[in-house]
Amino acid sequence: MATQQTRSLARFMMAPSVILLFIWMIVPLAFTLWFSFQQYNPLNPIRDGFVGFSNYALFYSNPAFLQSILNTLAIVVSVLVITVIGGILLALLLDQPIWGQGFVRILVISPFFVMPPVAALVWKNMIMHPQYGVFADIARFFGANPIDWFGQHPLTAVILIVAWQWLPFATLILLTSLQSLDTEQKEAAEMDGAGFLSRFWYLTLPHMSRAITVVILIQTIFLLSIYAEILVTTNGGPGYASTNLPFLVYQKALLEFKIGQASAGGVIAVILANIVAFFVMRAVGKNLDK
Amino acid sequence: MARAVTTQHKTIATAAAWIVALLIFFPILYTIITSFKSEQEAIQGFALIPSGTTESYAEVQAQSGYFKFFLNSVILSVGSTVLALLIAVPAAWSMAFSPTKRTKDILMWMLSTKMMPAVAVLFPIYLIFRDGGLLDSRIGLTVMLMLINLPIVVWMLYTYFREIPGEILEAARMDGASLWNEIIYVLTPMAVPGIASTMLLNIILAWNEAFWTIRLTTTDAAPLTAFISSFSSPQGLFWAKLSAASTLAIAPILIMGWFSQKQLVRGLTFGAVK
Repeated sequence: MATQQTRSLARFMMAPSVILLFIWMIVPLAFTLWFSFQQYNPLNPIRDGFVGFSNYALFYSNPAFLQSILNTLAIVVSVLVITVIGGILLALLLDQPIWGQGFVRILVISPFFVMPPVAALVWKNMIMHPQYGVFADIARFFGANPIDWFGQHPLTAVILIVAWQWLPFATLILLTSLQSLDTEQKEAAEMDGAGFLSRFWYLTLPHMSRAITVVILIQTIFLLSIYAEILVTTNGGPGYASTNLPFLVYQKALLEFKIGQASAGGVIAVILANIVAFFVMRAVGKNLDK
Repeated sequence: MARAVTTQHKTIATAAAWIVALLIFFPILYTIITSFKSEQEAIQGFALIPSGTTESYAEVQAQSGYFKFFLNSVILSVGSTVLALLIAVPAAWSMAFSPTKRTKDILMWMLSTKMMPAVAVLFPIYLIFRDGGLLDSRIGLTVMLMLINLPIVVWMLYTYFREIPGEILEAARMDGASLWNEIIYVLTPMAVPGIASTMLLNIILAWNEAFWTIRLTTTDAAPLTAFISSFSSPQGLFWAKLSAASTLAIAPILIMGWFSQKQLVRGLTFGAVK
């Protein structure tokens, strides 16, 4: 009797969240799907109408498309490699007994709280600027020529900035996981004469494996949609050298008003994200059962 | 053997950790330092000691009305978080305390909405906002940020609520407490810490959201993300002013962030790492 009442009440309490998220998921996506099969140009509406798959074909034949996909993957993979390896090393270091550990943690985690446009602007102007940046100062100090990061290595520059933003996240999560490692196990391994490397390889790394998986998956979601960092630093250039898929879609939609093509790109972005999401859901779902 | 070298080991580890930590923190530190330089000082090459002038701060406010953007950031991040909490608390409460077979599926589905790339729905949202007169409006953007963070809010609350022992609720029920009494006198006091943590993390996430806040605003509703992005096409050298604006934009959230490290791990890993 009470449960019946509770159950319908539970449904009633859940309804707003579910309905809102359902609308939020379905409505815009349906629009995007519809637009992806249309010729639609708000500036030049004469030829508007259904065009089948030609938007996909156009988007696909655009050389920027392949480049943007490659750039997207390059950003995701490079940042993941830097942050996961760097994060493991940093977590191992911070897990040692050190003086002022709380303060060191605060310093290390800080970049994560810096909003993307600020991070990008600070790196662009104060760190990587070919004339006035700190990197240029260092290069001149050693008698070398300063590197024109955004002119010559735009993608690398973007990757470095994004890696700086996400390294703290990886470190914090891996450190949290590391600190939950049973000290007795560690000491037992030590007493059995296991060296640092074998302890790391056979004990620590397997223990951290789930945290590493989570870091990779969650970062991938965010890294697939890097936007502000590119907008503020290189604006996708020179040419398309640092344009990723989200940035290309933004350019097509709001700068060129080629809505059909932009929507086709959006659908492709959704497919890409879904492939990743599939693995995320499996990892998180497995954890829920525990 | 490892125990014997503790002090030496600790000294080396401490030195290494501090060096790495300072390197990582350096861009932020240097921004703060530069904000206290004059424009001329700022481009004169590497220097860690500023003259201590605060003229850049005054100029940022005078020239671009920094405070208006700051206020928008506060309204949008706090507003969207409170709105999300109002909608999510009942949902998370019912999922944690009267779970059904479908609860897990619903949670997973909610999480999946978070994975939709924003750019895929940029134009439809833009159209909806334009036709609804919501472009550059605080209300439109508040709702937007609420929707973006709603899955995380539900998830975080759910993982916190699940740790509240259900027996307490049953005991209260046996004592004849009505549902509302149960929520107000039993559940709420135990749920407050979890709700506070959720709130903190989501204010941070909303404050730093830099896609919709840039694309859907121009002036009236523009928060600090849009304000800072407007510095990306420079007219002349403005390092000190940029630094002052950046420092102001990140300071409040940096301090909040320091207090939310633990919740951050939990919230962003959806409870998978604690």
